[in-house]
Amino acid sequence: MNGKKVFEGPAIFLDRSDINTDEIIPAKYLTEVTKEALQPYMLEDLKLEGFDPKGDKLRNARVVVSRENFGCGSSREHAPWVFEVNGVHTIIAESYARIFRQNMFNGGMLAIELPKADLDRLFDLEKKGEVTISVDLKSQTITAATAVTTEAFSFEISPFDKALVEAGGWVEFADARY
Amino acid sequence: MGKTITEKIFEAHLRDEPFPGTMVLDLDRVLCHEITTPVAIADLAWRGKDRVFDSTKIKAVIDHVTPSKDSKTATQAKMLRDWARRHGIRDFFDVGHNGVCHALFPEKGYIRPGFTVIMGDSHTCTHGAFGAFAAGVGTTDLEVGILKGVCAFRTPKTIRVDLVGQLPEGVYAKDVILYVIGHLGVNGATDRVIEFRGSVVDEFSMEARMTLCNMAIEAGGTCGICMPDMTTVDYLWPFIAGEYASREAALEQYRQWCSDEDAVYEKVLQFDVSTLEPQVTFGYKPDCVKPVAEMAGTPVDQIYIGTCTNGRIEDLRVAAAILKGKKIADSVRGIVSPATPKIFNDALQEGIIQIFMDSGFCVTNPTCGACLGMSNGVLAEGEVAASTSNRNFNGRMGKGGMVHLMSPATAAATALTGVITDPRQA
Repeated sequence: MNGKKVFEGPAIFLDRSDINTDEIIPAKYLTEVTKEALQPYMLEDLKLEGFDPKGDKLRNARVVVSRENFGCGSSREHAPWVFEVNGVHTIIAESYARIFRQNMFNGGMLAIELPKADLDRLFDLEKKGEVTISVDLKSQTITAATAVTTEAFSFEISPFDKALVEAGGWVEFADARY
Repeated sequence: MGKTITEKIFEAHLRDEPFPGTMVLDLDRVLCHEITTPVAIADLAWRGKDRVFDSTKIKAVIDHVTPSKDSKTATQAKMLRDWARRHGIRDFFDVGHNGVCHALFPEKGYIRPGFTVIMGDSHTCTHGAFGAFAAGVGTTDLEVGILKGVCAFRTPKTIRVDLVGQLPEGVYAKDVILYVIGHLGVNGATDRVIEFRGSVVDEFSMEARMTLCNMAIEAGGTCGICMPDMTTVDYLWPFIAGEYASREAALEQYRQWCSDEDAVYEKVLQFDVSTLEPQVTFGYKPDCVKPVAEMAGTPVDQIYIGTCTNGRIEDLRVAAAILKGKKIADSVRGIVSPATPKIFNDALQEGIIQIFMDSGFCVTNPTCGACLGMSNGVLAEGEVAASTSNRNFNGRMGKGGMVHLMSPATAAATALTGVITDPRQA
């Protein structure tokens, strides 16, 4: 079901805390039984100054950068899936709601936590233009580049979450082990 | 060093510790509903793993949209129904027998102290009221739960919340939990279990404890949990009478799970509820909480009484006592959804359904209904709801709609006036 996941590409910056699962994918679309059917509805109900859920910036994004408690609310895995089917396999935020974070790793995707100071640096970088981000899971580093500058960040990831990404998700990991 | 109830449950269910800090637990219950399970069923089939680990430990219900409202929801229901039949899952609840999962499964006696429980629904934390470790999970965790009977968690940390004092008249468990969430914040308990303790919890019914635990997730909590005691035994007695010589014997066994006196907590908070007033949310986050008095007079369009938070018989009794012999305001629509068929029937026998209908309420079948805007009772753009549910996100009950969370008493008082009203004034 999953294509090859790439943890790099243009980033979109959502400068708000507590972005919830209803904003990521409204409940009315939970009547779908395939991931692919969710594709047009990513962040449809998110109201944020300058953000257009139908705009090119979101369509081209491969990485989402946000603030605290990203993905709070529902357990719906449709939230990570709507990112996945739009080619967004990496989220970078200060913190996550537990279920959303686990859903990301369970699907072999990345929910990276950075301290506030690092996130502030990333948000500053955005003011200088389009930011492209790439993640090296092995060395646990993030490279963020604009046309004029490049910055590096290191991050922590639990060994379990790292193993899930490497295994391609929790089903594969669990089925091989239990 | 003593252990918390959660640490004891983790230790007793530990299957594997693949990495430091990650505990893979054996599961006693895997609960399913028709919104998040069909995707798991489809994915398991696609992987060639259309199996279940133990059909007696899996329970399933159609509750979010029932009876089905269109072809898509009918397909979801059919997928769950066919799967339950295929695998001999006998505890499957369909139209005529179904109700809100977090009310129905406890009512059937499926949740016991010391159990590990997962479900693809964030409010699974409700079941912690029985002294079980119960966590909401996504579809992939559910899939692995169905297939292998295990789920992975981080080593638990616990915040202990002591509730002391005497709860005033007109103030209920819902007001207490709204107040606690207002204090903790929406991520104040992320990756934590909230252990509810104190004389107030000791005196609470199982239903009130479920209301407390139900909203642990609104502070980010993995589970809300209460100590099993005689109230727990009494609730479960019809289901466990054959297993124990006496209630005391059951209690003695259940007590083994209780947190030790010298258990270590990350944080201990104490709230004296003696001066607590009825609470209500404003804004779009469950931690935006104020006393009702400060929001009094705010007009609403729809009243919703029901859901996994407050659709139980006690809740309906409280609301009906306020509505009895009165009419709801012309400016509002009232909707009540008893959470299970048993609750509906009890309400019928007690004359509560009649009171709701006489006051002008629409009584629906047991369902999650209006709570999450996927079924009946959706709000129009710009409309405001007074609701006994647990989540007030922007557009939750319908795009452009606003939700104020409150107790059944406050909701009933608000129905009578059409504006947010302190139930003590009703």
